[in-house]
Amino acid sequence: MAQAPELKLAPTPGQTIGPFYGYALPFTDGEKLVDRAHPGAIRLHGTVRDGHGAPIPDSLLEIWQADEHGSIAQETGSLIRDGHTFTGWGRTAVDNVGRYSFTTVNPGPTEEGKAPFIMLTVFARGLLNRLFTRIYLPEDTAALANDPLLSSLPPERRSTLVAVREANGDLRFDISLQGPEETVFLSYPRNA
Amino acid sequence: MSTEETAESFENTHVLDPAATADSQETVNREIADIHAAYRASVADGAPEETQPRIDFAPYRSSLLRHPTKSLHHADPETIELWSPAFGERDVHVLESDLTIQHNGEPIGERIVVQGRVLDGDGRPVSGQLIEIWQANAAGRYVHKRDQHPAPIDPNFTGVGRAITGPNGEYRFTTIKPAPYPWKNHHNAWRPAHIHFSLFGTDFTQRMITQMYFPGDPLFPLDPIYQSITDPAARDRLVATYDHSVTSHEWATGYNWDIVLTGSNRTLMETEEEH
Ligand SMILES: [Fe+2]
Repeated sequence: MAQAPELKLAPTPGQTIGPFYGYALPFTDGEKLVDRAHPGAIRLHGTVRDGHGAPIPDSLLEIWQADEHGSIAQETGSLIRDGHTFTGWGRTAVDNVGRYSFTTVNPGPTEEGKAPFIMLTVFARGLLNRLFTRIYLPEDTAALANDPLLSSLPPERRSTLVAVREANGDLRFDISLQGPEETVFLSYPRNA
Repeated sequence: MSTEETAESFENTHVLDPAATADSQETVNREIADIHAAYRASVADGAPEETQPRIDFAPYRSSLLRHPTKSLHHADPETIELWSPAFGERDVHVLESDLTIQHNGEPIGERIVVQGRVLDGDGRPVSGQLIEIWQANAAGRYVHKRDQHPAPIDPNFTGVGRAITGPNGEYRFTTIKPAPYPWKNHHNAWRPAHIHFSLFGTDFTQRMITQMYFPGDPLFPLDPIYQSITDPAARDRLVATYDHSVTSHEWATGYNWDIVLTGSNRTLMETEEEH
């Protein structure tokens, strides 16, 4: 992309989600982008940890992804799910030991030859602004090797963005806000 | 959530937070002043003005172990990152924007209207998108199990609202003015009164959660969350304006607060393609 133009208006600053979102933001089936019975349904799960490796019990995660064919949904109905419309977006709070779990599908590549990934946003008490990252699927090693973001990272950091495929087909993706395993978090043009 | 649930005993992780300290307000004030002075000096030396909070801001003790120490890595947005989920009437009922009519009786406190527009960084209205808010009641208490502040729950006030922005990015909530509340960051720590806002743009990279404050709050200089935004002009962007034209006769006082998201990269690319 060419050099992005400056913003015309100064953006409103973010602030921490704080400790008391739990009765406001999570909603029924927020973590279910598809029903567990959906063919191709997988679990995407992991743990959110702090700089000491301790689980963070008050974090909220959102994912946004394409469907199995790489199509981006523009369907409403995420907040009141009907069980069959794929909206591509999910939200869940972690549990008391920092674990999260979504039921979703493997996203297809949105462009031919591109490495598919799920977009992830992290909010937490103690985190003053949201963090963005990508959850790459581990399978298409050629596409992963050619990915511009992954190839710009040293190997030990690159691995923090690639999910682990478990024997039953589920994806595991742990998140570290700080420390030796610190997840790579992203900035985009025009979002500083 | 019922009042009974709220009253049940619950492990209070907020109180037990190991990051909480017995430091005095003066200690926290000094730390804030030092960081702000260093920021002013760097701007005087030509550094850009900051628009977002520092995520590494030690006066907010809970941030110590919860901020990445490596700088954010630049990514050029790919297709999924240029779009946002869609929300609409299927998701949100129009009555959800009135937080004063969710129970059988009138909530206690000062009835207010908070309205404004959601714009992107290029000044385009963000229409048809989801806004969610949550807040404490007029006594400074949340309907949340972990809120242990000994202030009364209002059985007629939950403090959660939602709306879908109009064609010009406009939104309007009717609610109760929240009170300040104490927290465990340091000794005698109090948050300025605020309403939490959650916002979506046209690109998911514009997703944000923030807090709206009320003009003239005496707690502003003492609050490490508000002061984590080092630039005074940026801090002011979180403060609503009292607007007498929004105030309605014998009913509610009115505040205006416009929200500017970061830049859209999709509209930028679409504009480039049109050329
Ligand atoms: Fe709050």
